Amino acid sequence: MENLHEEKLKFLESKANEIRQSIIKTLLEAKSGHSAGPLGMADIFTAFYFHILNHDPKNPDWEDRDRLLLSNGHICPVQYVALAHAGYFPIEELKTLRKIDSRLQGHPHRGSLPGVETTSGPLGSGLSQSVGMALAAKLDNKKHRIYCLTSDGEHDAGNTWEAAMYAGKKKLNNLTMVIDRNNIQIDGHTEDIMPLEPLGDKYRAFNWNVIAVDGHNIEHFVDAVNEARAVYEMPTVIIAHTIPGKGVSFMENDYLWHGKPPTPDEAKTALNELRTLQGKIVSEHQ
Amino acid sequence: MLNPKVKLNTKVFDADVELKPTRDGYGDGLVIAGTEDANVVVLCADLTESTRSHKFQEKFPERFFEMGVAEQNMATVAAGLGISGKVAFISSYATFSPGRNWEQIRTTVAYNDSNVKIAGHHAGLMTGPDGATHQAIEDIATMRSIANMRVIVPCDSIQARQATVAAAKIKGPVYLRFAREKTPIITTDETPFEIGKNVLLWKSKNPTVTIFVAGVLTHGALVAAKELTDENIETAVVNVHSIKPLDEKNIVEMAKKTGAVVTVEEHQVNGGLGGAIAELLAKKQPTPMEMVGMQDIFGESGPPKELVEKYNLGPKGIKEAVKQALKRVA
Repeated sequence: MENLHEEKLKFLESKANEIRQSIIKTLLEAKSGHSAGPLGMADIFTAFYFHILNHDPKNPDWEDRDRLLLSNGHICPVQYVALAHAGYFPIEELKTLRKIDSRLQGHPHRGSLPGVETTSGPLGSGLSQSVGMALAAKLDNKKHRIYCLTSDGEHDAGNTWEAAMYAGKKKLNNLTMVIDRNNIQIDGHTEDIMPLEPLGDKYRAFNWNVIAVDGHNIEHFVDAVNEARAVYEMPTVIIAHTIPGKGVSFMENDYLWHGKPPTPDEAKTALNELRTLQGKIVSEHQ
Repeated sequence: MLNPKVKLNTKVFDADVELKPTRDGYGDGLVIAGTEDANVVVLCADLTESTRSHKFQEKFPERFFEMGVAEQNMATVAAGLGISGKVAFISSYATFSPGRNWEQIRTTVAYNDSNVKIAGHHAGLMTGPDGATHQAIEDIATMRSIANMRVIVPCDSIQARQATVAAAKIKGPVYLRFAREKTPIITTDETPFEIGKNVLLWKSKNPTVTIFVAGVLTHGALVAAKELTDENIETAVVNVHSIKPLDEKNIVEMAKKTGAVVTVEEHQVNGGLGGAIAELLAKKQPTPMEMVGMQDIFGESGPPKELVEKYNLGPKGIKEAVKQALKRVA
């Protein structure tokens, strides 16, 4: 990974905004799908696909690539948008999301779309699959890293904790997990549905290195990933505090936006907010 | 008579026929597969000796993974290994794997088309004294209904070894079903084994019923066929080790030739071998058919032989089913 200099950081922040706009347009076209999660994770996906990952969009099956697995598959619009903007497939194809004969399935499917490492959707199975990939890399003496992106809600699932226990046992230092700690799930706030705190302590007790960051601060997030690479004794979890719906005022922190797309009017307002950074930039055309 | 072409164990009807559990064949097969291919790995959920995975563990400790009592994690970790160039076998009891982890197998193994082999042990009623909680009698149905999945049910320890080695060579998901109890050795190393290809074990001159049988009840089916000749009832016994892919051509041919069919399995009659053959014959060759198996009920504790007797899965039950099928033809 190259150094994150000032200019690159600005590029990434501007790219994240572009990705948010592309998410809104993609969801509007699809007329179904999840809004809050993808917007909340736009900064982190931008950091991965445009800075952190050692990958080659023109050679998606390159065996030494870093792997990024999306465990909470329902936020795949952000991954699809990031993959398209990174050059894995034409941006135009985003319009086919969730439609018939599309490579962009409603939840990610391996083999369907370049850059999608595994099939996910049913929650709680991504960390285990990442563990399998990390074990395979170790057996083969490969140096690539495995990044597993998960949600806080899927920590209700026992499968997640089975995997966490096992990764701790195997000291999988080539595995870094990111938890999108946005505090919402379909039925409400995570701490009402099934309290997860103290989340970091739980992972520490399972022999993980734990880092907490602001998931919208790309510089701090990249620092956390670098710290994880330097830890040799155990796997690392980065608890990324994010705002669901980030960038669109009426979606932010509202769990009702978990599972629905914007209407045309809402999309127009959302895009305007994103273009003007919620009114901070006044266009000469207004 | 026994089909001489498939070179079966000549002592198959002897009182002192050698007995061995099919799980032994799995253990031996794993070592062969692991020797032939350095990418073979084995995962086990706290049942290493019982599933005979310990032989592989002893020989290839670096390629063996003890997962603890966590079958969902075992299946999904295997899915990750299987899409990373490994041939991952997962071993547990069938009630737990593929029982408890069915969705993980569906999504991350089968839909993902990951190179994972699921070994379901202690399957069937003959698991015995442990009782119904540990007697998997639904696993063929639940695995057979998943796209991309193959389902193999070996009849003895030799076929179990052959099936394990063959499964390692196939790219993609395979379910292998094994039993706890020692059962007679029917085949020999010379008996042909090919996934998707039935084996004709017994054929009278003019058979009027075909008995299609999978798994460790195969011996009972042969005994039934032999005893039926004393009553002048001629049958054919076909071993269907591959329930998916099914040897459709052979089954349709045999049904056509004999005019009646009996299926025998240590499984619910719904959705297993009987279900698979009924679906096929209803489409291609409607034929009077009887199904020997668990009749939509759970098992119970007891000695395996007594359970087989009580639930009509042995020679007596098979003979009754044959006669019933013949009545329907007449």
